[in-house]
Amino acid sequence: MKILVFVNHVPDTETKVKVGADGKMIDPAGINYMLSPYDEFAVEEGLKLREKFTGEVVVVSLGGDANKETLRKALAMGCDKAVLLKDASPHDSFAVARSLADFAKELSPDIILLGKQSIDYDNGQVGSLVAEMLNMPSISVVVKLEINDGAVVAEREIEGGREIVHAKLPAVVMAQKGLNQPRYPSLKGIMDAKRKVIEERAVAPVESKVEVLTMRKPPAKNPGKIVGTDASAVPELVRLLHEEAKVI
Amino acid sequence: MKIIAFAEQRNNQFKKTAFEVARAARTIADQLGAECNALVIGGNVSPIAPQLGAYGAAKVLVVEDARLENYSTTAFAKIAAEVARAEAADMLFFPASAMGKDFAPRVAVKLDAGLAADCTALRVENGTVIATRPVYAGKAFVEVTVRSAIKLFTLRPNVFSAGTPAESTAVVEKNEIALSETDFGAVVKEIKIAGGKKDVAEADIIVSGGRGLKAPENFSMVEELAASLGAAVGASRAVVDAGWRPHDEQVGQTGKTVSPSLYIAVAISGAVQHLAGMSSSKYIVAINKDKDAPIFSVADYGIVGDAFEIVPALTAELKKALNR
Repeated sequence: MKILVFVNHVPDTETKVKVGADGKMIDPAGINYMLSPYDEFAVEEGLKLREKFTGEVVVVSLGGDANKETLRKALAMGCDKAVLLKDASPHDSFAVARSLADFAKELSPDIILLGKQSIDYDNGQVGSLVAEMLNMPSISVVVKLEINDGAVVAEREIEGGREIVHAKLPAVVMAQKGLNQPRYPSLKGIMDAKRKVIEERAVAPVESKVEVLTMRKPPAKNPGKIVGTDASAVPELVRLLHEEAKVI
Repeated sequence: MKIIAFAEQRNNQFKKTAFEVARAARTIADQLGAECNALVIGGNVSPIAPQLGAYGAAKVLVVEDARLENYSTTAFAKIAAEVARAEAADMLFFPASAMGKDFAPRVAVKLDAGLAADCTALRVENGTVIATRPVYAGKAFVEVTVRSAIKLFTLRPNVFSAGTPAESTAVVEKNEIALSETDFGAVVKEIKIAGGKKDVAEADIIVSGGRGLKAPENFSMVEELAASLGAAVGASRAVVDAGWRPHDEQVGQTGKTVSPSLYIAVAISGAVQHLAGMSSSKYIVAINKDKDAPIFSVADYGIVGDAFEIVPALTAELKKALNR
């Protein structure tokens, strides 16, 4: 099975966002970056599929040289090959998807895996966009995946339940937390990953369709009211919720 | 100019988001002097379609087919794109729900359109729609415009008001879209309901618990408080990662970003990634032993004390108050 996994390199979840000088993007100073957590589930699922069906897991990331760190992590987890689509300029989801879809077309994988969203811009579009560009079925927010003879049965999370979705390979599957438990890279994996060559590719420029005008922080909240320090404060809390906030 | 609002239904009943999206589309249409219609896709949806008139739709375009009783990303995308083309729509609005988020991007590709996802506010400036959307799970917001000829927006559920329903019904127009087997590339065969459990993404009130509860069985306290309010149960990443709670309850950057009218945080200290996911709630109550816990920096009301004592007292007080 030819397995293609898209990964993104994003500020980690502890990051406190500071708006950069251009007022449109985050200030990257002092930020630690990581493999986007949902993409990590996608890498793990790719490795599990390879274990079951044999084949090859190719991991791809679009971005600058910094993304190599995330590609190395995926290699250390066990991916066979890593490709950096080199373009550090900012893109909207459509442009990202176009570059990834162009690369995927050339590889013609049996399955494309990626996270349900990247935890920076939270667009959650790339997987569905790529699928449509490649005329493949797609399943998003997947928490369970079974593949037999090219038939895909996946469970996807919806509000208050799960949908059981059927599709056929080749397909795009977008991972949600709960799909699996990502493995830690072994020491050998980390050493091997260091020796592997990350292939670099130039990408054709694609114009974005969504333009960011400004980025700002949410307005700071005024400090709230400490109603009390034990259960005797409860009636007053209920009164405030009822009369002041009017939420109950 | 024309706007089409996709109105989501399940089991031939509209979701609350359907009315929110219809009303938001109407509001923007009014500012642009545009026509505003709605689109409903399903198995037997004509009977409910006129309801959308009360939320601002002039005409409701209905596409019905027994095969559409169950959601299919590929078929729904084809239908929405074909209807948009036939109507010469300039803008399409969708809910940023599990369904809308899933197929709206496919519609965008078919229409060569840009999509502003998960918007929490929309305004019109010099004839252009400017959308506000959270990034980094709400640690920041961006304002965006869509530059393509056709523009798509998905709107976060529970944020836009559906307004007061007016006493008007919409004209229903059935559309025939030819669908072949190949249009059903991915199709839902079955839905598993999570025991009638309320989902944090849709709930108006959420009661969340954290590591300060010490053990998974102590979550019963949180569940009882939630039940007394008709609220959904949420959880911090720490307790989900510890296996105490299912991940679909997780609130935060790697869980769900929520904006209920009331969020009660029980024994949650308030890690950066948790605050990102819930600080846009309208009112926040924090119950925590540690007066320096970061959760108090976003809380409107706090009780600095022992959750094991306060939560049962709060449940009892609410039961008393809400039954009066």
